[in-house]
Amino acid sequence: MTQIIRSSPVLAFIALQISFIFFASTLTCTSGSEDSCYTITGRVKIPPSNVIGHTEKFSNVKVLLNGGHKITFLRPDGYFTFHKVPAGTHLIEVSAMGYFFSPVRVDVSARHRGKVQATLTETRRSLTEMVLEPLREEQYYEIREPFNVMNIVKSPMGLMVGFMVVVVFLMPKLMENIDPEEMKQAQEEMRRQGVPSLTSLLPGAGASR
Amino acid sequence: MAIRVFLLLLLFLSSAIVSFSLYEDQAGLADWHQRYIGKVKHAVFHTQKTGRKRVIVSTEENVVASLDLRHGEIFWRHVLGTKDAIDGVGIALGKYVITLSSEGSTLRAWNLPDGQMVWETALSSAHHSKSLLSVPINLKVDKDYPITVFGGGYLHAVSAIDGEVLWEKDFTAEGFEVQRVLQPLGSTVIYVLGFVNLSEAVVYQIDSKIGEVVAQKSMVFPGGFSGEISSVSSDKVVVLDSKKSILVTIGFIDGDISFQKTPVSDLVENSGNAEILSPLLSNMLAVKVNKRTIFVKVGGEGKLEVVDSLSDETAMSDSLPVADDQEAFASVHHEGSKIHLMVKLVNELDNVLLRETIQMDQHRGRVHKVFMNNYIRTDRSNGFRALIVMEDHSLLLLQQGAIVWSREEGLASVTDVTTAELPVEKDGVSVAKVEHTLFEWLKGHVLKLKGSLLLASPEDVVAIQELRVKSSGKNKLTRDHNGFRKLILALTRAGKLFALHTGDGRIVWSMLLKSQACERPNGISLYQWQVPHHHAMDKNPSVLVVGRCGSDSSAPGVLSFVDVYTGKKITSSDIGHSVVQVLPLPFTDSTEQRLHLIADTVGHVHLYPKTSEALSIFQREFQNIYWYTVGADDGIIRGHVMKSSCSGETADEYCFTTRELWTVVFPSESEKIISTLTRKPNEVVHTQAKVNTDQDLLYKYVSRNLLFVATVSPKGAGEIGSVTPEESSLVVYLIDTITGRILHRLSHQGCQGPVHAVFSENWVVYHYFNLRAHKYEVTVVEIYDQSRAENKNVWKLILGKHNLTAPITSYSRPEVFTKSQSYFFAQSVKTIAVTSTAKGITSKQLLIGTIGDQILALDKRFVDPRRTLNPSQAEKEEGIIPLTDSLPIIPQSYVTHSHRVEGLKGIVTAPSKLESTTHVFAYGVDLFYTRLAPSKTYDSLTDDFSYALLLITIVALVAAIYITWALSEKKELSEKWR
Repeated sequence: MTQIIRSSPVLAFIALQISFIFFASTLTCTSGSEDSCYTITGRVKIPPSNVIGHTEKFSNVKVLLNGGHKITFLRPDGYFTFHKVPAGTHLIEVSAMGYFFSPVRVDVSARHRGKVQATLTETRRSLTEMVLEPLREEQYYEIREPFNVMNIVKSPMGLMVGFMVVVVFLMPKLMENIDPEEMKQAQEEMRRQGVPSLTSLLPGAGASR
Repeated sequence: MAIRVFLLLLLFLSSAIVSFSLYEDQAGLADWHQRYIGKVKHAVFHTQKTGRKRVIVSTEENVVASLDLRHGEIFWRHVLGTKDAIDGVGIALGKYVITLSSEGSTLRAWNLPDGQMVWETALSSAHHSKSLLSVPINLKVDKDYPITVFGGGYLHAVSAIDGEVLWEKDFTAEGFEVQRVLQPLGSTVIYVLGFVNLSEAVVYQIDSKIGEVVAQKSMVFPGGFSGEISSVSSDKVVVLDSKKSILVTIGFIDGDISFQKTPVSDLVENSGNAEILSPLLSNMLAVKVNKRTIFVKVGGEGKLEVVDSLSDETAMSDSLPVADDQEAFASVHHEGSKIHLMVKLVNELDNVLLRETIQMDQHRGRVHKVFMNNYIRTDRSNGFRALIVMEDHSLLLLQQGAIVWSREEGLASVTDVTTAELPVEKDGVSVAKVEHTLFEWLKGHVLKLKGSLLLASPEDVVAIQELRVKSSGKNKLTRDHNGFRKLILALTRAGKLFALHTGDGRIVWSMLLKSQACERPNGISLYQWQVPHHHAMDKNPSVLVVGRCGSDSSAPGVLSFVDVYTGKKITSSDIGHSVVQVLPLPFTDSTEQRLHLIADTVGHVHLYPKTSEALSIFQREFQNIYWYTVGADDGIIRGHVMKSSCSGETADEYCFTTRELWTVVFPSESEKIISTLTRKPNEVVHTQAKVNTDQDLLYKYVSRNLLFVATVSPKGAGEIGSVTPEESSLVVYLIDTITGRILHRLSHQGCQGPVHAVFSENWVVYHYFNLRAHKYEVTVVEIYDQSRAENKNVWKLILGKHNLTAPITSYSRPEVFTKSQSYFFAQSVKTIAVTSTAKGITSKQLLIGTIGDQILALDKRFVDPRRTLNPSQAEKEEGIIPLTDSLPIIPQSYVTHSHRVEGLKGIVTAPSKLESTTHVFAYGVDLFYTRLAPSKTYDSLTDDFSYALLLITIVALVAAIYITWALSEKKELSEKWR
């Protein structure tokens, strides 16, 4: 499953044009219960996709009513049904790995024989057209940035090397730009103060002198 | 100083590169995920000659799964809803798995190879009843025999192809309860046998095509039936009468009913109550009587005779047709540490087809269920394999005298979890044995570097993964410096204690609870009993396992003390009183055993350990021990205090009576308690004060005795959709459990439960449903101490009114104030937890177990009541996030990444020794473990740290130094020549 995410996120995104179509049919609950109960049917429509693991992913989609009070699964054609739902306002959630769905507010009307009205709670969009797409695709992993010279340069090691390069190659250039008179003066000053030169700091420098 | 600045820069840079979330190749490095199914209820084998051999199982955790018969792996599985218990499983048409659930009202078909749901049918049902699924064994695939289902007073015939209900028969008026459906081969008439009011046997003959009753016969049995039934052949069933002393054979040949009574005492002398066992054997039944299992053969005219008798701890399978019209069944019984598997022919019990003896782990308990399957060997003889379910819920496949595979399904029903340290490494064992040579080491790091620069080939990636696992040494059985290696102790519903290693999740040891008083106690909860500091005492730590003999809360309790290192039981005792509440006290005795109080149903408390030392410690603190009980049914919270020793009633000096100190009564007509929560007793709080942006101090009200209570109006206690916003309101309280004072009350109009909350330091975060917006909401309440607010500087702290030397009385009202804020949240929630670290310095993350069985890590900064729409510059610098109306769900912050912890029930966090890191363990049907660093690993280098790059840099620097030295010398020389 993780392979799909990596291999073709674009394809998977195109493939997921999921639409919900809601309708309800009255189905008088059994003689035992007084309330008439209704059926909520929706559809999750996924166009055929050649992504590996697509069917496995599809079969692991769960549809949950009222926070897991009832759970159902998708049929091969994407339909799902909740049976014996009393009239009232309900909440349907879709749990699918890799996608984020907005919860759907579903009003089942008792007066209109189980007429169903659906609204996305996240975007407050009413599903009059009865078409819903997942709000977004979810990537559970951070994408590694491709190899980049700047990354190396920006890393602490790169900065260290860069600093060295600056000192080694640019500093002499700067030295050259200094007025020879001033340079000489500075050097004399340094000699007087006895500031060791770079060579005297290094091992073996004394021997070479 | 410069070095420090540089180091800081380095730290900052490295942390800026390391992202909070995981890269894909890091999955499984610090985390593991184990998939389970639960205790198997039904099993159906599917072993056609072609294709993979599999077994379809349904379990007590409402899972239907297809398992590989060769290795025991899960091909596919589906976790149904918690109220959707599976009643029956079958295979129809050779390609669909049929499950009947919800007391016979939901019938589903799943595609056998991949588990895709094919169809789902809701069946009408009028009342709760036993349900029955009968899937015809199709010999001809082209002919569609209907599936017959009985449940809730209705009999249905359902087409296996598309789930269409062909016909239904309403038996609710008659009160007819179907017991058996028999479908003779090749006939269109099905026989439906059932009882009316357990006194009248009725047989319907129904045309299976149209559902019309062809004939009906009924006969009253004066004694009445007990409901236990066993069908022995296609036209005979045997039932017990209501007194359980007479076996009644009911024959219904061609619709004529005949009774034939055989008193059990005729079969066995001095018989007590008999019990018909569930296995279906042809022309025979198994009856449990006098603690023996007897096999009773049913003769042609319904004559019964005893043919064999076994000890009652024998488990049997259904009989199975083998060659030449003979049927065989398997039986398993124990003998010491071995189990004997026997396969016998039903007609000739002396003819044992197979006799195998298998060594069995003592801690698996007895055999509960046996499912048998046969296969044809290459030499044309019959081979048998048996799937057995043990008492600890584990599932094993036996074949050819060996355990082919086993699954620890007990772990699918974990009830309580705690963590424990591993033993300290002994001297003389080298830690760094992993890194062999310098070359190997370098090679590894070059590989890692390649990986982090995205230059690695797929083989390299695999090699990197292996290397990482190997080099981390994460699977060792000793304590490590960072505290990453730990034991997770999980107590299961079956009463088995497992110790899992955090490194790879393997079972280090397991132990089944035992008790003298009852056969098998249930596990309730786990407590840290003795945690000796390893410098002070050379003793192994131990845990207390509280169990109960039976499911009733008044059943006597069982205490077991288990050594954490070895998994051996130290002692166990039947305590003789019930266990309602266990209170770990904050005192330990000289051997570092923690004192525990156990409250029973009659209002007494009992002190453990029962030593005089513990008693003297307890007597000293007698006045300072308070606790509370929550009566969710009557809506009363009571505070209790110790009264006296209960020496007047019993001679037990460790038993004490209590008296009620305070009560908080919620009006039952308007409020119903749905959730209560306190802080974790072992939580560490690093600082009591919080500095505001304007250099103001806020003192956290950090009290261990705060209780969070959520109530809803009784109408709103049901599911969403059952109530209108006007009818429901949610009220939350913060109650001091010592004085019973309500410190804070917050009411949410038009909201309802379920409430999931988490309580840490001085804040509570809870999740509930807002009916008006029809969205879930999360509210945070932070509670601050007003009385210390004056202590703004050192002088005021010492000399001020509220310094620590001022007298404190519990009668004074604590001056507290709260801040709260609410946000929308886009998902249902199953549970919420919070990360916990060793010193409490690291910022916290909420771990939200969502309805999709994933765990979302949400920074506490998102639920901070100081968030405003436009935070000032100073507030921004402090890390206050601009206010949004809903909490973000960032997919990268799912700690479970691409896994689902199916059937998620709880999340447990435990600190590691490294301050930045916390252990997270989630359990449900699946188990998931990971390590989290809520503020990134600021106190250690990450696994990703590239030593190779560091080495290369150092080499480069040294080279550069020498080059510049050479250049500098050359230049100096030339200058000297000038």
